[in-house]
Amino acid sequence: MAEPIIRLEGVRKRFGKLEVLRGIDLQVWPGEVVCIIGPSGSGKSTLLRCINYLEKVTAGRVYVDGQLVGKREVGGRLVDMSERELDRMRAQIGMVFQRFNLFPHLTALENVTLAPIQVKKMPRAEAEARGMELLRKVGLADKAHEYPARLSGGQQQRVAIARALAMEPKAMLFDEPTSALDPELVGEVLAVMKDLAREGMTMVVVTHEMGFAREVADRVIFMDGGMILEEGPPAAVMSAPRHPRTREFLSKVL
Amino acid sequence: MADRLGFWELSVQVVIPQLLVAVRWTLALTICAAVLGTALGLVIALMRISRSRSLRALATGYVTLLRGTPLMLQLLFIYYGLPQIDPRLTFDPFPAAVIGMGLNSGAYIAEIIRAAIQSIDKGQMEAARSLGLSYGQAMRFVILPQTYRRLIPPMVNELVALSKDTAQAMVIGLEELLRTGSHLASRFARPGPAYLWTAVFYLGITVVLSAVATHLEQKLEAKE
Ligand SMILES: Nc1ncnc2c1ncn2[C@@H]1O[C@H](COP(=O)(O)OP(=O)(O)OP(=O)(O)O)[C@@H](O)[C@H]1O
Ligand SMILES: [Mg+2]
Repeated sequence: MAEPIIRLEGVRKRFGKLEVLRGIDLQVWPGEVVCIIGPSGSGKSTLLRCINYLEKVTAGRVYVDGQLVGKREVGGRLVDMSERELDRMRAQIGMVFQRFNLFPHLTALENVTLAPIQVKKMPRAEAEARGMELLRKVGLADKAHEYPARLSGGQQQRVAIARALAMEPKAMLFDEPTSALDPELVGEVLAVMKDLAREGMTMVVVTHEMGFAREVADRVIFMDGGMILEEGPPAAVMSAPRHPRTREFLSKVL
Repeated sequence: MADRLGFWELSVQVVIPQLLVAVRWTLALTICAAVLGTALGLVIALMRISRSRSLRALATGYVTLLRGTPLMLQLLFIYYGLPQIDPRLTFDPFPAAVIGMGLNSGAYIAEIIRAAIQSIDKGQMEAARSLGLSYGQAMRFVILPQTYRRLIPPMVNELVALSKDTAQAMVIGLEELLRTGSHLASRFARPGPAYLWTAVFYLGITVVLSAVATHLEQKLEAKE
């Protein structure tokens, strides 16, 4: 375990006058599951988007698997990465969104195979075989040829997870993956995520599911006002929070 | 001679045969201008939403210029004005009309396509990029295909307008429907049949266009 999969050093992000991330240091080790909790607007989504470089950081550095994201060293100087290099880095990290964001004009299987075919240039037959395997893994092999509109929210989110896994990412980011779901559909998505964690996938999960965090997380991070205020094993952070803001937040959500 | 023909004789023997020739020019112009305008419109639309400030400015200037001046003026400029700037830019009426109407509809179609692209949920682009697709791949495989169905109604409006606007090409001498119809009308003491049948031909084109569009829309709808 020499290198963390994800390493953030002093990451800051501002939108105009608003500083949303105010110096984030974070390391996520291979196979680790990190849950991020915190009030609305504390910068959790922005943090995930910065890790995947969907947002460009204002200051600080993001490393994925030891490689600096967004910048490259040329003759001792840091220059911006080309768009192509950034695309390649993004492909190494899977992302699952609150609102699924499946491609509505493609079937479940086509959603899963699009990136392997277009980005990895995988032959279609191979991509489909692997796509079917992934859909089976999330329990949706029989829905492979359905369009997203015909699937329940829970099924859509499971397809979205399969879609991200199809790129064989080094880590997976989840942004409130169950927040848009009816309560009775939350369980099936969390079950898939637990399987993933058990298989050793490195995961960063923004969630309000305290039960999931307690059970699956190796580490829980509490964010507020663009900073990490507290982190530690779930039992410590959630049962015996040290920071008053953490206590206040937990008393509201539990 | 033709002066003494009745309505039907005049229609069947003179007016309709000549309009059947003219309608080919109208249809050809509509189709060529629509193809050119759509290709151009897609390029201008992508320029208008690109991250490059200069590309955006260029595209905005284009749209402003072509939507801000009359089509007829643009046609006259291409046909009569360009050859004075450079004799190599001399065009026959048909190519001049295709260029003029293609450039003009390109500006309107660009706005239609841009609006359709911008109506797609931002999460779609984000999800596509997070999978490692480039901006271009995301546009091509994720965003643009989702605009097709939304594009049909405004594009049909545009095509219907375009097919009628081809009449303006009469000012540069293209023997399309309206020019032919007007000639026929002034040649006989009775202008009625000529104008009436000209109207019927235009109506035929626009009604068929709308019907094809409705059919297409239903087919695409069934898929989702
Ligand atoms: N693209 C943007 N432009 C301007 N402000 C933004 C942008 N994205 C986020 N913000 C602002 O940044 C702050 C943090 O947003 P973020 O979405 O990261 O919070 P969050 O912790 O994920 O909240 P929630 O729990 O509601 O999802 C908010 O005040 C938000 O309005
Ligand atoms: Mg959020």
